[in-house]
Amino acid sequence: MTDLSVETLVADTRPDGTGAESFAPVLPVDLRVTGLAKSFAGTPVFSDVSFGLSRGEAVAIVGANGTGKSTLLRCLMGLIPTDAGSIDVVGTDVRSASSSGLRAMRAQIGLVSQKHNLVPRLSVLSNVVQGLLGQKPGLRHWSQSLAPARSRAAAMAALQKVGLAQLAQRRADRLSGGQSQRVAIARALVGQPRILIADEPTASLDPAAGEDVMDLFFDLARQEGVTVIFISHNIDHALKYGDRILGLANGGMPLDARAASLNAEQLRGLYD
Amino acid sequence: MTDASLPARFERPSALAFLGYAAAIVIILWSFTGAGFSIDKVVSSPPRFADFLDRAFPPNLEPQVLARLGWKMLETLQIALAGAVIGITLSVPVALLAARGLIAPTWINQIVRTALGFIRAVPDIAWALVFVVAVGLGPFAGMLAIAIDTIGFCGRFFADDMEAADKGSSESLTATGARKLDVVACATIPAAMPAFISTSLFATEKAVRSSTILGLVGAGGIGIELKVGFDLFDYPTAMTVILMIAVVVISIEYLSGWARTKIIGVVR
Ligand SMILES: Nc1ncnc2c1ncn2[C@@H]1O[C@H](COP(=O)(O)OP(=O)(O)OP(=O)(O)O)[C@@H](O)[C@H]1O
Ligand SMILES: [Mg+2]
Repeated sequence: MTDLSVETLVADTRPDGTGAESFAPVLPVDLRVTGLAKSFAGTPVFSDVSFGLSRGEAVAIVGANGTGKSTLLRCLMGLIPTDAGSIDVVGTDVRSASSSGLRAMRAQIGLVSQKHNLVPRLSVLSNVVQGLLGQKPGLRHWSQSLAPARSRAAAMAALQKVGLAQLAQRRADRLSGGQSQRVAIARALVGQPRILIADEPTASLDPAAGEDVMDLFFDLARQEGVTVIFISHNIDHALKYGDRILGLANGGMPLDARAASLNAEQLRGLYD
Repeated sequence: MTDASLPARFERPSALAFLGYAAAIVIILWSFTGAGFSIDKVVSSPPRFADFLDRAFPPNLEPQVLARLGWKMLETLQIALAGAVIGITLSVPVALLAARGLIAPTWINQIVRTALGFIRAVPDIAWALVFVVAVGLGPFAGMLAIAIDTIGFCGRFFADDMEAADKGSSESLTATGARKLDVVACATIPAAMPAFISTSLFATEKAVRSSTILGLVGAGGIGIELKVGFDLFDYPTAMTVILMIAVVVISIEYLSGWARTKIIGVVR
């Protein structure tokens, strides 16, 4: 069950995620989820999740294994059908959007999935170039060898940001876990997304590389106004890099609070 | 973690499954009678078989016969290779339409899969007969037969390979906003590529085996020599043909196994 102190915190930031706007009042809302429910073959994962995000916010999502964090991200991207509620991402109603509407929305978002999901047998550079497919559909972005010079340069720049430019020619299935995670991050960054969504982006990284990646995300949010959502099991990361922390538990989102108002002990309560 | 008891090693078959096994045994026994299974013939065949071997050995190794058969064998391999390459190439678009949940709606998947099932149901030798009628006697008819036979095989298995391919990378590319066709080209096909190569090599082996027999109906290749040999009771030459086919088929299987490990890497 959720720690009492957490519930108290929730009370002053809920009911409608207005806590966020209280410290970022002028920025437009990038994403809003209301009453979202999702089940797999009759087994509910969560039944009532609501939150909103403002432009340029960095938000950490926390919660125990299996509470539906990754599932929530896939719902946001419109990758899986949902049961009830509403999802609005950069002005697109995800649940009712046409497939071209969904593609236009997705092209503005960078997603780093928990399993990295690189295309094996292709080079690292080709994988990163493919991150541009949403904005530039067609043959030329199937592979780095066909790609226009600008796209190749953008892909190289994204690899440089994650410190892997020297591995551009390596086959994606011959990378270490941490390297493949960083390539997945580069693929999400190459299109200069408006929202960056990352599922445990530092899970396979050594402590130094993890800090580097989180600093990179933080800078994107601060300097380029990118909205950052990251899932993390690392409480210190969540508190240090998140402006706000959302906690999933018991089929809902009982925690939605500013990071500054939380401490590590209170967050641990979420996992009991 | 809720109360998860240790599952049983084996599940007890249900009454229905039991009936199924019994029915299967009855059908198998019944098939033996239908096939004219006869102990008498089994007992009497070794002497007759020995008689055939006696007349066939030594195989005909005259240089000009060997040269003629060698050229015929080469033609056979050309038929097989050309037919397999055309068939494998055409199988890719066909499989894209046959694979469920890829680019085509379910009703198209259904139609294409049914058509592929029909193609496979017709034996290669029957296709050869059809093409002999359509384009006349000769290797071209054989090549067409091999090509269509390969589409029936590869179209189906390429589609299955793509359905079974890991969905992770295609989901991630979908999440970039890529179009379906781009996702298939960039994620699904690369993910299925090792399976494609493996299937294609099998198809090529199968094509070589088929092509050796198409000559029986006049569709080119070494099969005609086998038929003539038996028709003229020239068993030594027929034996040479059989041995040649065996050597070629076994070499092709070996070669394709080698190519498989070379291209895909040692299989897990
Ligand atoms: N495709 C699926 N089909 C059926 N059940 C699924 C599927 N995907 C996820 N689940 C179930 O939904 C629940 C939530 O899974 P999810 O991956 O979202 O958890 P998570 O919060 O990301 O966990 P973790 O911290 O381990 O990454 C789990 O119980 C999981 O078994
Ligand atoms: Mg997860």
